[in-house]
Amino acid sequence: MVVLLGLLLAAPVAELVDATDLKSVGRKAVPVRFRPGAPWFCMSALVVNNLSVYRGERAILCRVSFELAAGRALVITGPNGAGKTTLLRTLCGLVEPEEGELHWRSERRSFRDAEYHVDLAYLGHEAPLKMDLTGRENLRGLVGLRRDVAPERVDAALGEMQAGSFADRAVRTLSAGQRRRIAFAALGLMGATLWVLDEPVTNLDRAGEALVQTLLSRHLATGGLLLAATHQPLGLDPACCDSLVLAGAVP
Amino acid sequence: MTATTPAGSWQAARIVLQREWLLAMRRPAQVLQPLAFFAVVTAMFPLGYTPELAKLRAIAPGVLWVGALLASLLALEHLFREDATDGTLEQYVLSGQSLTWLLLAKTIAHWLLTGLPLTLMAPWLGVALGVPLSAATGVMAALALGTWTLSLLGSIGAGLTLGVRRGGVLLSLLTLPLAVPVLVFGARATELAIVGDSPTGALYLLGSLAVLGLTLAPLAAAAAVRIGLE
Repeated sequence: MVVLLGLLLAAPVAELVDATDLKSVGRKAVPVRFRPGAPWFCMSALVVNNLSVYRGERAILCRVSFELAAGRALVITGPNGAGKTTLLRTLCGLVEPEEGELHWRSERRSFRDAEYHVDLAYLGHEAPLKMDLTGRENLRGLVGLRRDVAPERVDAALGEMQAGSFADRAVRTLSAGQRRRIAFAALGLMGATLWVLDEPVTNLDRAGEALVQTLLSRHLATGGLLLAATHQPLGLDPACCDSLVLAGAVP
Repeated sequence: MTATTPAGSWQAARIVLQREWLLAMRRPAQVLQPLAFFAVVTAMFPLGYTPELAKLRAIAPGVLWVGALLASLLALEHLFREDATDGTLEQYVLSGQSLTWLLLAKTIAHWLLTGLPLTLMAPWLGVALGVPLSAATGVMAALALGTWTLSLLGSIGAGLTLGVRRGGVLLSLLTLPLAVPVLVFGARATELAIVGDSPTGALYLLGSLAVLGLTLAPLAAAAAVRIGLE
């Protein structure tokens, strides 16, 4: 089911920033208010309210709000420069928002709360791998910072992403798609509930996309949450997907 | 979904140290370059100034210290830069571990791979400058404490210059003035050791700088890295 509210609304914006300000930044605010299709008794695990990020005078995100219940995915779309990556990085606490509040598991939290970070795993555009280490060494480092994982489980995760054959080669020698597979194997082992993914299926071949799709579906089926900024369809069950459209710069 | 045993701080630090060690083994050039630089710079002085050992001995503390400072600065540029580009630092921030702690582990690894080898090399390079081997203990103690403080100071600078393209020069300009006390007491300790006096007083002062750096620098470095990643 797709809920989409990416309309320009002057009224709620006026509470915060007066119209002249908006004009001067040359950008209109896009408040996005949105409720997922979860039943009323299902508490939203993640609630984000009025998130605004500015770069100097320029508004990157203006009063973005959304909620996401356990087992659901929020697919964030929008044109280039709409602030998809900034939104994801802000949610991870990597970018300091000018305003906005976060509720995680019905508790008010800072975006930089360590307990919230334990529940969260982020994969950016680039797979966070060390070029000179092998895939397996990278994986052990990434996952090991979060929890102890038995070598058999590492093997299983690599096998699931069909990365076993190249896991012991230096990442430098791997293709971009192979690197992504290693990164996804790590993601699966981190044990996080909330996955924040930036363009997750870029560089992957058909088979890779299918593997990622399986991984993501299983994550959702076991009560995980997923936030993904993407241009390509992820192939997830539409029943557990919500959509957030960032309208971006409006002339 | 059920988290198995979450990783403790010590385990996290061990993982960071292991990773740095592995990386250094895969890229030995990066470890060897500062050491070679130190060796070449110190070896230039007898050639460029005078071969007379008595005269060289007088300038030996300054030469050894400035050489060691510049050599460790060379290495500092790589402290966080690659980690920032490949996304490792972001994963550190999001790991749920204290960033301060992880960066301290990284700084310790950095010192073990640059400061410690520089310290071990110094007495032998000192021989070319007329430093008697009897002064080796004093020279090494001073350099060990000094390079350790420098690594810590440098971690702040490296964090602050993360967002700057080609931040190497800026890093030197930020770090070197802060390193002046280390240079003053370090060179003094070395001088006393060469003359045959006890360098204890200067070493205590160096030690206090090292402890001060240990308590404050990782916090500042973590704050700087967070800003640098934005």
